[in-house]
Amino acid sequence: MNDMSQMMADVPARSNSLFDVAVRHRAVLASLFLLIFPLIMPFKALAANILIYGLYALGFNLLFGFLGLLSFGHAALFGTGAYFCGIAIVHFGLPWYVAILIGTLGGAGMAAIIGALAIRTRGIYFAMVTMALAQCVYYLFYQAESWTGGENGLRGINVHVIDIFGLKFDFLDPLTRYYVIAAFVILALFALSRILASPFGAVIEAVRENEARARASGYNVLLTRLLTFILSGAFCGLAGALAALHLSIVPIEMLHYETSGMVVMMALLGGMGTFFGPFIGAAVFMLLENLVSLWTVHWQLIVGAVFVACVLFFPAGIWGTILRKIRP
Amino acid sequence: MKPRSDTDNGTILRTFDVSKTFGKFRALKSISASFPRGAITSIIGPNGAGKSTYFNLLSGAFPPSSGRIEFESRDVTNVPQHKFAHMGVAKSFQITNVFPLLSTRENVRVALQALVSRYDIWRPRAKLPGLTERADALLAQVGIWHCRDRVAKTLAHGEQRALEIGMALASDPRLLLLDEPTAGMSPEETRVMMDLIVKLAQERTVILVEHKMKLVMGISDRVLVLHHGELLADGTPSEVRQDQQVKRVYLGQREH
Ligand SMILES: Nc1ncnc2c1ncn2[C@@H]1O[C@H](COP(=O)(O)OP(=O)(O)OP(=O)(O)O)[C@@H](O)[C@H]1O
Ligand SMILES: [Mg+2]
Repeated sequence: MNDMSQMMADVPARSNSLFDVAVRHRAVLASLFLLIFPLIMPFKALAANILIYGLYALGFNLLFGFLGLLSFGHAALFGTGAYFCGIAIVHFGLPWYVAILIGTLGGAGMAAIIGALAIRTRGIYFAMVTMALAQCVYYLFYQAESWTGGENGLRGINVHVIDIFGLKFDFLDPLTRYYVIAAFVILALFALSRILASPFGAVIEAVRENEARARASGYNVLLTRLLTFILSGAFCGLAGALAALHLSIVPIEMLHYETSGMVVMMALLGGMGTFFGPFIGAAVFMLLENLVSLWTVHWQLIVGAVFVACVLFFPAGIWGTILRKIRP
Repeated sequence: MKPRSDTDNGTILRTFDVSKTFGKFRALKSISASFPRGAITSIIGPNGAGKSTYFNLLSGAFPPSSGRIEFESRDVTNVPQHKFAHMGVAKSFQITNVFPLLSTRENVRVALQALVSRYDIWRPRAKLPGLTERADALLAQVGIWHCRDRVAKTLAHGEQRALEIGMALASDPRLLLLDEPTAGMSPEETRVMMDLIVKLAQERTVILVEHKMKLVMGISDRVLVLHHGELLADGTPSEVRQDQQVKRVYLGQREH
């Protein structure tokens, strides 16, 4: 249990053991991993997908693993990010980087709305309220056909060239596209690591650990929950925006409740409450999905079995279990 | 309006006819009392008397169903819990309430941080000046500095209670509220805790809830006795000890 405990506390240590140094530079290490990842991955498009869903899972985990609130409505944040980004490009002809910003803010804004309504509930009620609100969002986007394309999805998000400070990158080349998306995910990783190590990161932990004590210590628990939800929404919105660029289309399925459920599985699979676990969870989930579906249409059965086995035998998740093993 | 004359300096906290009902059950019936500044006031009474309910009203955990509460002559009846620490009121709970998976030092550090930084998402928390040092000083004050690097939930029960008081002290409160701080403690731990409370009371007002009458008589300046949600007696320990109704209530509870 002691391992778990220390894992849950965020980098206060000043010790110089290799492990602690690694923990302090976790964003750098994770970024290095992302840089070599496509070189060991056979399918570049899948690698980019993993980046996107990995970021989605990281954002989700800020609320789930670190604050301890289980949302079943995160598809709304992911999907809003994607639609806002897509709409900015398709309907307003805005440049890609503005569209990404709009998607990110869209995710955060949607989180503010859903959060404001759901944040007073907890446990299963919170899960249900977020899910119900996410369904409302689904129908809203589904109905707004002239903006979103309805059930056909939003098409025509065609970004061929990404120019950054005069440098032009061919976004149609899979590897280049991967690294463009990775650049944003790496920025997000550094931001996330920084938030977790910040004073507010400590408040998030305190609220997860004991709300009554946090309140008695002088923290506004409801506001902390809401702000964490909004931050989570920003990361998920960014992931959605990157998905829109990567796919050139926003399918309505992005808002589907299956997309909400999937991210819960990813976080649990990789290890909730760890910094990078949810990303690993997303990678394993999507690799399984892709590889298993090559030889059977019943891939969901296999992925489900792996998930159940993981939850039963490695409750700390894949990454959480590895961290325990290598912690000195 | 009540006259404010001599009470303002001498009284830190007052309740005016506060009641609390849970559903149809009246847990607290119209309690009016004032708490002298700089003193130790104990609230005693048998199990279920309404002590914790009263304590929760005093410490802002929830508002009364009716009545009014004043802290330092300011109406705090509906002030939410999280503002109390900033006003100078801190508490420890009847049931131990720490951050179980955080280290002992981080428990106190987080409590200290509440006064200086609550919404900063960018600076490293380790750069907040002086917090770790002050956390260590508080841990030393409550006698558990040697546990600083241990995860809070691995501490012994008495140590966790001490930790909770250390966290309460983080806001340097003028008023310290303690709900049965010795609950579940061994006689030895109890003695250490009572000594600590007396020491802390030298610099601040203390309100202590306890159901073991004997424990608090020696150290209290004033004692309130609650029974079935009513204020049965209110006076110095010797006055309360002589009170016929109190004697009747505590009769048959010889072990206390
Ligand atoms: N949240 C609640 N809902 C319903 N009833 C409650 C609630 N809190 C307390 N009560 C009831 O109010 C009465 C007083 O409870 P309280 O906890 O204030 O007693 P106490 O004097 O602190 O007792 P103890 O010495 O056991 O701590 C009890 O009968 C209790 O069952
Ligand atoms: Mg009680």
